Amino acid sequence: MLRVQQVTGGYAGAPVVKNISFEVEKGELFGILGPNGSGKTTLLKMLSGILPHTSGDIVIKGKNLSEYTPKELAKIIAVLPQHSSQAFSYTVKETVSLGRYAHQKGWFQSWSGKDEEAVNRVMEQTGISQFQDDDIQQLSGGERQRVFLAQALAQEPEILLLDEPTNHLDLSYQKELLDLLSVWSKDCGLTVISIFHDLNLAGLYCDRLLLLENGEVNINHVPNEVLKEGRIREVYRTKIEKLPHPRVAAPQMVLVPERSQAESQLEKRIDQASLEVKEDLLVLRSPFPLKTMSSGVTGSGTGWNRIFLNRHVSKNYDCSDHRAEMAEFVREIGFEPGETVGMMTAVYIEDYSSQFYEEDTFSVFVVVTAGVGNAVDASKSEEHSYHLTPGTINTWIFVNGHLTEEAFIQSIMTATEAKTRALYDQEVIDAVTGTIATGTSTDSILIAAAQQGENLEYAGTITPLGKLIGKGVYECTVEAIKKSQSRIKR
Amino acid sequence: MQKQYIRTYLNNKLLAYVTAAACLFCAMLMGISIGTVSIHPMTIIRVISAEIFPFISLGNTDAMHANIIMNIRLPRVLLAGLVGASLAIAGAAFQGLLRNPLADPYTIGVSSGASLGAVLTLFFGLSIPFAGMFTLPLFSILFSFLTIFAVLLFARNIERSMKVETIILTGIIFSSFLGALISLMIALTGEELRQIIGWLLGSVSMRGWAYINIILPFFIIGAILLLVNSKELNAMSFGEEKAQHIGVDVQKRKMMVLVAGSILTGAAVAVSGTIGFVGLVIPHLTRMLWGPDHRHLLPLSILMGSGFLIIADLVSRTIIAPAELPIGVITALIGAPAFGVILMKRKNKL
Repeated sequence: MLRVQQVTGGYAGAPVVKNISFEVEKGELFGILGPNGSGKTTLLKMLSGILPHTSGDIVIKGKNLSEYTPKELAKIIAVLPQHSSQAFSYTVKETVSLGRYAHQKGWFQSWSGKDEEAVNRVMEQTGISQFQDDDIQQLSGGERQRVFLAQALAQEPEILLLDEPTNHLDLSYQKELLDLLSVWSKDCGLTVISIFHDLNLAGLYCDRLLLLENGEVNINHVPNEVLKEGRIREVYRTKIEKLPHPRVAAPQMVLVPERSQAESQLEKRIDQASLEVKEDLLVLRSPFPLKTMSSGVTGSGTGWNRIFLNRHVSKNYDCSDHRAEMAEFVREIGFEPGETVGMMTAVYIEDYSSQFYEEDTFSVFVVVTAGVGNAVDASKSEEHSYHLTPGTINTWIFVNGHLTEEAFIQSIMTATEAKTRALYDQEVIDAVTGTIATGTSTDSILIAAAQQGENLEYAGTITPLGKLIGKGVYECTVEAIKKSQSRIKR
Repeated sequence: MQKQYIRTYLNNKLLAYVTAAACLFCAMLMGISIGTVSIHPMTIIRVISAEIFPFISLGNTDAMHANIIMNIRLPRVLLAGLVGASLAIAGAAFQGLLRNPLADPYTIGVSSGASLGAVLTLFFGLSIPFAGMFTLPLFSILFSFLTIFAVLLFARNIERSMKVETIILTGIIFSSFLGALISLMIALTGEELRQIIGWLLGSVSMRGWAYINIILPFFIIGAILLLVNSKELNAMSFGEEKAQHIGVDVQKRKMMVLVAGSILTGAAVAVSGTIGFVGLVIPHLTRMLWGPDHRHLLPLSILMGSGFLIIADLVSRTIIAPAELPIGVITALIGAPAFGVILMKRKNKL
């Protein structure tokens, strides 16, 4: 549909766009990315024939761009610029009707039924029919942008060029517009070439992305290849991290704000001093939010939390809606469920065990409550019938260091292995199978990291962090089991 | 439903044309009728009809009335009408092209350019072979064209986006400079060009049919050139890039509009001197009444502009009768405050 071959050009003087080549197929949604001044808009203006290029070829439908008359070109390419000026009070319909200019023939360029039909259709598609007689100067920025989109569509183009189309739109219209473009490109074969400021939107909607850097092509590939942390950091010269989209197989980039000097140098850490032991509640308050991965009743999954609760409930606790009940409880004692990881246990809180472990550059604080009434041998768990009772071995691991996602997962593995070993050494028996248990039926775990200080990439069993976790979880679990068992004996 | 739409649309526009034409007709009748000698409108219609259709008898009409109508008042009214029409349509076109509701042959300095051309012609006694009486308007046109180019080039150099204020400022700079050149030339020549001063202030008095013959061909050419570009003007009023995206051959069309605007301004100035603000007030009023669509704005501006200038001329020669005010005084008295109001409204909107 469109082929760009070694195109160079720009404004008088230094070329803004240098030796760029790429191709766009019919029906593709093609995104152009790049930092400010990388030549995105210049390139788009060359494609639309507004700016001449000094060398190279732009070939549209097999014909060189320069061989098209303006009218011929307007029937193939329509453009939605970033800003559209309007000096006079045209009505919406008059504005949209201008898009039919290239289709009108003859000396008088009379308005045909086909023109009328096309204009009504695009106004319908862009949702502006209801204010077709309004003055465009009275519309909001978003509505006006849709009017000009309708004007471009009235040209019945095969290629639509857009310059940051979502610029003036609020969230819902951004999504609406891009959904529309996506549908048109897939269903109607409209080729869409658009400049994007928002990397995430580009990644979500585009089939392919062209990343420009200083007027040259950095890469032209599918979003997953283009939106790589290292590449984006380098091209945009900013701190950025990549995340998976929760619902769609597309990468999302998030900005990482610079921390102030004072904040990052905070020598605060999580240790015994942060822990508060009440009669039936274990509370740990962190002075700053911790990145957590947990299986608690509230605050489960990954997130950032400041308050950590381990709450004693009776053995007969009604678990039918334990999440809502727990959230209510958290609120009642004056905490915000949104920043709280809450766990439950039937064990007496005073039987908890905690230990602080320190290495040169990082430290780990482990807190365990353990009851083994529901002990289960995981390898034979199919012999158990399913029922939910309050968790019995709750393991908290606080790391004063910076963990990768990988390290979070490995921490959980290491802790689990250490816990299993503790149960083995304490000869905790699964009452159903008669074999040695590996845990209990409702164990919970929390890994919480300060995300400051030493960067800890791994937490496997023989890594420095893994060693502390393994040792700590083992020791604390053993101690906690002993405490609760001696209470039972008493 | 579609038919219905077109019909109401047409009716609306038809009403606009009927109203504007009626205004013009009344203005013409008043312009011919009122003066030191009052002439009854029926007499006017009868005399003019008899002139056009020789088989209608003049009957018992006073020969003096017929003489006043045909030799003094009618040419004067027609000339005022043509000048008003030329300036109004040129103003409307400049405003559309420059996306600038404050543009007008006078405010952007084109009128001054045309004046300079005319004064230079008189000063040096220039004459284009075979052009005869068209020498003066041709030089005026040439100079208005050069002026508008210089103004646009200058404004673009100051600021690529060519904001409204920049163009107006540039126009003022050029007007002052060209005005100074004209004053210099008048000072250098002594007595014989003194009469130019009166002419410079703008007047359509005592010109006669010859001047109508001068302006008419240029008016027709200029107006047709603009009317065939009315759609393109609609597109260009959204910006040159936008117009090109829509499929307009911007370079060619822009040139056509600029040439046509210069022809109209140059010819108007050549016959009547600089009459300011007609090209500003009339398109603005027309746009307010009937919308900005150039396909109707341009012809309606012609009708409204000619009517307006005929009335302005009538006022200028009757208000302090028997003395006459230059017509430019009247248009400026109405136009300058209008200019201020438009500017104020724009500022409030921003």
